[in-house]
Amino acid sequence: MPIGADTTDPKFAEYAHPQRLVSTAWVAEHGQDAGVVVIESDEDVLLYETGHIPGALKVDWHTDLNLPDVRDYLDGAQFAELMSSKGITREDTIVVYGDKSNWWAAYALWVFTLFGHQDVRLMDGGRDKWVTEGRELTTETTTRERTDYPQVQRDDAPIRAYQPQVLEALGQVPLIDVRSEPEYTGQRTHMAEYPQEGVLRGGHIPTAASVPWARAAAEDSTFKPRAALEAIYQEEVGLDPTQEVIAYCRIGERSAHTWFVLQHLLGFPQVRNYDGSWTEWGNSVRVPIVSGPERGEAPGAAR
Amino acid sequence: MSAQDTTDLPASVAELVEDFHAVPQQDRLQLLLEFSRQLPALPERYGEHPEALEQVVECQSPLFLTVEWEDQAATGEDSTPVRLFFSAPMEAPTTRGFASILHEGLDGLTASQIAELPADLTERFALTQLVSPLRMRGMSAMLERIRRQVAQLPRTTD
Repeated sequence: MPIGADTTDPKFAEYAHPQRLVSTAWVAEHGQDAGVVVIESDEDVLLYETGHIPGALKVDWHTDLNLPDVRDYLDGAQFAELMSSKGITREDTIVVYGDKSNWWAAYALWVFTLFGHQDVRLMDGGRDKWVTEGRELTTETTTRERTDYPQVQRDDAPIRAYQPQVLEALGQVPLIDVRSEPEYTGQRTHMAEYPQEGVLRGGHIPTAASVPWARAAAEDSTFKPRAALEAIYQEEVGLDPTQEVIAYCRIGERSAHTWFVLQHLLGFPQVRNYDGSWTEWGNSVRVPIVSGPERGEAPGAAR
Repeated sequence: MSAQDTTDLPASVAELVEDFHAVPQQDRLQLLLEFSRQLPALPERYGEHPEALEQVVECQSPLFLTVEWEDQAATGEDSTPVRLFFSAPMEAPTTRGFASILHEGLDGLTASQIAELPADLTERFALTQLVSPLRMRGMSAMLERIRRQVAQLPRTTD
């Protein structure tokens, strides 16, 4: 039986896809219901071990979702094995939460979406809100019986952009750069005495608007209400909610958070995350780059 | 799993490397967690002056560190032991764990012992695949800064 949406928070009802969010209170009440699986996904690989929501599983973005060799995600067989070993079925309602305003939780949700897992939600406010509210944490290991999750073909096209597609999209599809201001302007990789972050050039992709990802989050790590998000992405940046858009950051994780905002909270029809992001673009030979605070223009010669 | 060659390491560091290799892969994260809990708190004189510490910006979470000569001596020599101090929030257990390993292994080594540590030291703990290479960068950045700070400590001039 499908698990109903969390209708307790009037803020959720304003979003385009309100069923994609649940509150901490909802998780406290339903987190261990049959058909519900709670997953913690953090930046810090040890945080789950220090204490997690009772019954929650751990999925790590590095060691579980990314391949160790090729820069790519699991394939259908590997994803089926991951889910089966965790005891998750294709019909389960997955609720992801994590540290840093759900930054990594949103990334995990995005990867689950690549495999078309139907019902994946975020717990609004993430780990921080749960902890701040003084809710229960446990170090008890969660064990679930192994399941037989089906092998499904990963479908990148709707929500993932590759570099050639971004090049092609320049001047056609709006881009959102969700990194910090110094990364956008190109200042960060020139900081004296600090080791480079493995990127040869600083700056941003021409035409990309700068909207650091965390602007979508409120002080308490929850998502800002719809009107506040519209004020940023539509009024300030000028995105058209009927158009497609591509978001990127450094390795595709912060932009997964913005992807969630545009796709599920504001209901843009086609939002893609360019997960190659700056670590690919800033190392590529002969791709156009703009440094400084201006968005810059799409190279006319390319058209 | 065979322990790595540790003959080029000071005894305190060699012992740590061997400890990490001695536990099975699935328990190694737990060992790192134990280290994170054991990171000593800053002495009061730094607790009141966090600006005296240098931030390691490569770490995913805020990590501050500083070094000084043993007994807070104003100057020292290559053979003088060095003391290390770290600060990282409880919500950053991995960062704290890395700092704690370095504290356990390096605190009290002489300036020249620290200078001579192999550049790949942080790769020796068999953690790289477990926590991912990207995260290990925070630990090597810490080591880099420790070394630089030790090199810049005022020397005794005769």
